[in-house]
Amino acid sequence: MISEYLIAGFLIIAGIFGFLGSFGLIKLNDPMSRLHAPTKATSLGVGGVLLASMVHGIAVEGHLSLHEVMITLFLFLTAPVTALFIAKVHLHRHETPDSLPRAGEDGIWATHNVDDGAEDKD
Amino acid sequence: MRLLQRLLPHPILTLLLTFTWIMLANSWTLNSLVFGFLLGLLIPFLTQPYWPQQMKVKRPLKVVEYIFVVLYDILLANVAVARIVAFKANAKRRPAWIAVPLELRTPEAITVLAGTITMTPGTVSADVSAEGHALLVHCLDADDPDAVRDEIKQRYERRLMEIFE
Amino acid sequence: MIAYAAIFAFVCFALAVLMNLWKILSADEIADRILALDSMFINAIALMVLYGLALGTEIYFEAALIIAMLGFVSTVAYARFILRGNIIE
Repeated sequence: MISEYLIAGFLIIAGIFGFLGSFGLIKLNDPMSRLHAPTKATSLGVGGVLLASMVHGIAVEGHLSLHEVMITLFLFLTAPVTALFIAKVHLHRHETPDSLPRAGEDGIWATHNVDDGAEDKD
Repeated sequence: MRLLQRLLPHPILTLLLTFTWIMLANSWTLNSLVFGFLLGLLIPFLTQPYWPQQMKVKRPLKVVEYIFVVLYDILLANVAVARIVAFKANAKRRPAWIAVPLELRTPEAITVLAGTITMTPGTVSADVSAEGHALLVHCLDADDPDAVRDEIKQRYERRLMEIFE
Repeated sequence: MIAYAAIFAFVCFALAVLMNLWKILSADEIADRILALDSMFINAIALMVLYGLALGTEIYFEAALIIAMLGFVSTVAYARFILRGNIIE
């Protein structure tokens, strides 16, 4: 009985966060801020669904399934990478070295460090 | 000893691949364990040229602590971002860029730090400086950018320093 | 009760996918399009897992895993294409 409440709770939390993640994509007004909403809110959205599915597997079907852990781990590892790439696209197209804070002792950020021919090793 | 190091360049990766295969096959049997271990031996050996230097983890127990701290922060981050998205007007929100100077030097540690920053409250790491001495971080809603920078250094970088260096 | 909660979650994620689609169509910046596409992949994974949960089968997990991997690779490839002009150098 308690597992049923648990599954329903996880599903409702997941639904709310999944919805808010995509709603933020429309509502927020500057491009870099829009990056925040999907990377964070969706991770708990999908995480909630996967937790619910895991509890469902244990309580209702009677065996532990590890695929959910797999998908959660995979999403948690890839979300920062996609966010970084999208941020780099934004930096590349819309920011100049002057519109950002100074890059410490190096003076320039990696995305803007393209004309001196010293890169191309990645 | 050198032969063992040549055949088994990344012991942690081997362990991780074995565990991943067991999770993919979704069965705790000897079959999947043996096959997963074979894959765990083969893949690091074949991909060795792409990852030449060895990764060192000084204190494995600290890793567990770090994982729990980050998971807890991910939970808080989700609630905080959802509240900002749902209730805060765009005009009242104050987005900001901050530069975080790095004391970490190993590439693996900087990668983990950047990933952590993206997953935790109101911050996304956007770029690293040309020589890898600073991180560019975007804040969703920061009244005091310096406080955010200090918290990143205190909470995550100090722990990663203990683990990797 | 699980059925009602599942329907609620279905509605939420379906609305989320619709909003992503709207953003893809209406965005005036390429970074927003990539971002909306990436969120659409993640919402699709959630929908797949929910559908598997509602039907009580495990077949959909493989599909969800494959969507997760393809989504990651395609997002990175798209972003890299914008950044560098080609994908594999």
